Amino acid sequence: MSDTLEKISIIISKGSLDGIYPGLIMANGARAEGIEVNLFFTFFGLDAIHAKRHEHIKIATVGNPGLHMATWAGGIPGVSSIMTHYMEHKMGDLDIPPIPEFLEMISDTGAGMYACKASVDLFGLQKSDFIPTVTDIITVGEFYEMAAGGQILFT
Amino acid sequence: MTTTTVGTIEVEVTDDGFFVDPEQWNDDMIPELARREGIDPATDDHVKVIRFMRTEYFDKGTGPTVRVLGKTSGVSVKELYQLFPKGPAKVAARIAGIPKPRGCI
Repeated sequence: MSDTLEKISIIISKGSLDGIYPGLIMANGARAEGIEVNLFFTFFGLDAIHAKRHEHIKIATVGNPGLHMATWAGGIPGVSSIMTHYMEHKMGDLDIPPIPEFLEMISDTGAGMYACKASVDLFGLQKSDFIPTVTDIITVGEFYEMAAGGQILFT
Repeated sequence: MTTTTVGTIEVEVTDDGFFVDPEQWNDDMIPELARREGIDPATDDHVKVIRFMRTEYFDKGTGPTVRVLGKTSGVSVKELYQLFPKGPAKVAARIAGIPKPRGCI
């Protein structure tokens, strides 16, 4: 086996801020290393490429022990927005781009972006619901064909 | 750590090909170092990015990441990947004789 990674396929399956960013950061970082990248958005991860939703991705404040706050406090209306705003501010300081800009940048690096057909059908979506940088809607089988010969990362 | 000869000058490089001492680098090395990265010939646009990498390195102590390059070098992210398909910041740093830029974005 080669000790260099030539290709990676990253699956983004969650629709929260903390569910989407890690996959995007790994994708962008892989392209910076010259590694071929394909992003596959499935289930709630589709929100990341949904033209009307991807500007409003929130951090989950309920059932998220990493935030170290009481579950009941996380459920108060507005808390999720406040925490999201706080997180975005912190990320802005580190020059981590907002999700829409980050996706555009990752597309500019030459990474492929695909929506999962099963999830697209499940949510009653179509290609026009997604941002233009989405290359195609593909099946699981097509994903595996595309991922062949590389590594797969599920997030 | 190993040594390599660029032109007639022997330079010290890391195992992944980055200059250990950026002062050992000079302008005349660009065509040969670029060729080693599969870039032949190095165009004015390549050289623009390479020089920018060096300026940033000496100003800030670290070479810029692709994100920073795209925002500040005057060359877009898309063009950067066209110029350096194997990773703009990484490859340009190797040609520019500076250490690998550190940064996750």
